[in-house]
Amino acid sequence: MNLKGKAHKFGDSINTDYIISGKYKFKTLDMDELATHVMEDLDPDFCSKVTAGDFIVAGKNFGLGSSREQAPLAIKHAKISAVIARSFARIFFRNAINTGLPILICRDADRIDEGDELEVDLSSGLIINRTKEEELKAEKLPPIMIRILEEGGLAEHLIRHGGFEV
Amino acid sequence: MGMTISEKILGAHSGIEANAGDIVVADIDYAMGQDGTTPLSIRAFQKMKGGSLKNSDRLSIVIDHSSPSPNEGVSALHKMMREFAEEKGCNIYDIGEGVCHQLIPERGHVVPGDLVVGADSHTCTYGALNAFSTGIGSTDLAAVWLTGKLWFRVPSTINIVYRGRLPKGVFSKDIMLHTVGKMTADGASYEAVEFRGSTISRMSVDARMTMSNMAVEMGAKAGIFECDQKVMDYVSAKTNRQPKPTGSDDDAVFSRELEIRVSDLIPMVARPHSVDNVAPVEALLETPIQQAFIGTCTNGRLEDLRIAARILKGRRIKHGVRLIVAPASKNIFLDAMRVGIIHTIVKAGGVFVTPGCGCCVGTHNGIPSDGENVISTANRNFKGRMGNSNAFIYLASPATVAASALKGCIADPREVVW
Ligand code: SF4
Repeated sequence: MNLKGKAHKFGDSINTDYIISGKYKFKTLDMDELATHVMEDLDPDFCSKVTAGDFIVAGKNFGLGSSREQAPLAIKHAKISAVIARSFARIFFRNAINTGLPILICRDADRIDEGDELEVDLSSGLIINRTKEEELKAEKLPPIMIRILEEGGLAEHLIRHGGFEV
Repeated sequence: MGMTISEKILGAHSGIEANAGDIVVADIDYAMGQDGTTPLSIRAFQKMKGGSLKNSDRLSIVIDHSSPSPNEGVSALHKMMREFAEEKGCNIYDIGEGVCHQLIPERGHVVPGDLVVGADSHTCTYGALNAFSTGIGSTDLAAVWLTGKLWFRVPSTINIVYRGRLPKGVFSKDIMLHTVGKMTADGASYEAVEFRGSTISRMSVDARMTMSNMAVEMGAKAGIFECDQKVMDYVSAKTNRQPKPTGSDDDAVFSRELEIRVSDLIPMVARPHSVDNVAPVEALLETPIQQAFIGTCTNGRLEDLRIAARILKGRRIKHGVRLIVAPASKNIFLDAMRVGIIHTIVKAGGVFVTPGCGCCVGTHNGIPSDGENVISTANRNFKGRMGNSNAFIYLASPATVAASALKGCIADPREVVW
């Protein structure tokens, strides 16, 4: 799967409270409504800057904090196509895969700057920075995660196989 | 080759020899969801075309995060949970029963050797009972409802040994803040941590829960203690289920080993806006505070309230400071009432709110104002955590928080006579 868009850059340790604040997530299951508050405490205008297909690019430990699945879901509904980070916190990592939000672990994510035009090949993990004309490589995900992601998420995986198929 | 507690528990529940790095599909002994995560699980369960719940007697859902409901949006989600519990025959702890991570161990749902998951990141708390327990997301929880199982990557383990006696005025919270500061917020990512040593043996089960609760603040998947007589006494008072005490082999392979001496430790404080931004209390004295909060799944238990009451007894909190207290469960609230702790704290100026999460996560019950400083016994101090991104949250032990409420600024509990 090929994705294309520009980078929105964040730093290290972007926690789930920043991604979607608790004050909103407890109130509603309307993910389009939650999507308008993504990253609000860090950048109140974030949502208006995103064009469908864009990427969030961050440093280490992206998604630390709570287990709220609203975090990857709201990012997905904000029309972000994938998150690229140096590393991810464990529960966010699982939740993203389970809900079908592609994520890429890239040790060189720091080389990408705000606004860079990126092209990503999810199956090979290749990230092409068109602005800088350079290629970066993302780590391979564990096979079970690739499978769940390719099938569209955990619910789809379980429906298709009637259980875990690892 | 020797095995760690995590390898043994995950192996026993998946029927294979599980080594760090392996992927296993394991049977779940108990699963929990709370009101911030369960509504999405219900939706995912419907999407999976789930009918009845697998092992419905080993599931609970808890209304604790916004309890009682502060607005109609939350009320609708609570209603959805109540109707689901009724229809599916699932246990529900409704408003006022307490915080999920107090209820699950307190009501006897966990014994040593168990594999427990919960749709809340602090599910690692039950590691204090020698269980492998970890936080998951809503869709994972729905998968457990559907199949009774979940997949795991068997984690490698960091062994942390604590030695020495804790000085007066220094508690398990201080040990854990010190540990998180040393390890950093992602120092144990994807790994399990085992806590042991002579310091731990002397600690109560409640004090150990404060530490396992915060294992996730260094990125860990689980924070596990060995089983000893204290743990056996704790669980046998609550359930007839057979405990399966599980220890690491002498030749277990750890990814890292750390020894921490606590005899010279002093009270610690995590500064805004991250848990690993810790400093000794001495470096922060005189920092003014407007709100103090005692409660949460980290430090809302009876011994925490007792320590606070001992400090507050016969005194009054500083004019201009709000002291909010949320017992971690109804039973703790009742016990504290019985022994006069509530009376003491209210007389000193404290305000009690419903047993549950209180103002920990910013849904209600004490949202700070712009520019205010809060000192709290919670486990997280992220920007905006308590509902206002222009407030500043400091984390400390119940003793430090109570002493600070008296002084109106961050204070060293060792200076208060008690
Ligand atoms: S008390 Fe705070 S940290 Fe604990 S479960 Fe509730 S919101 Fe989460």
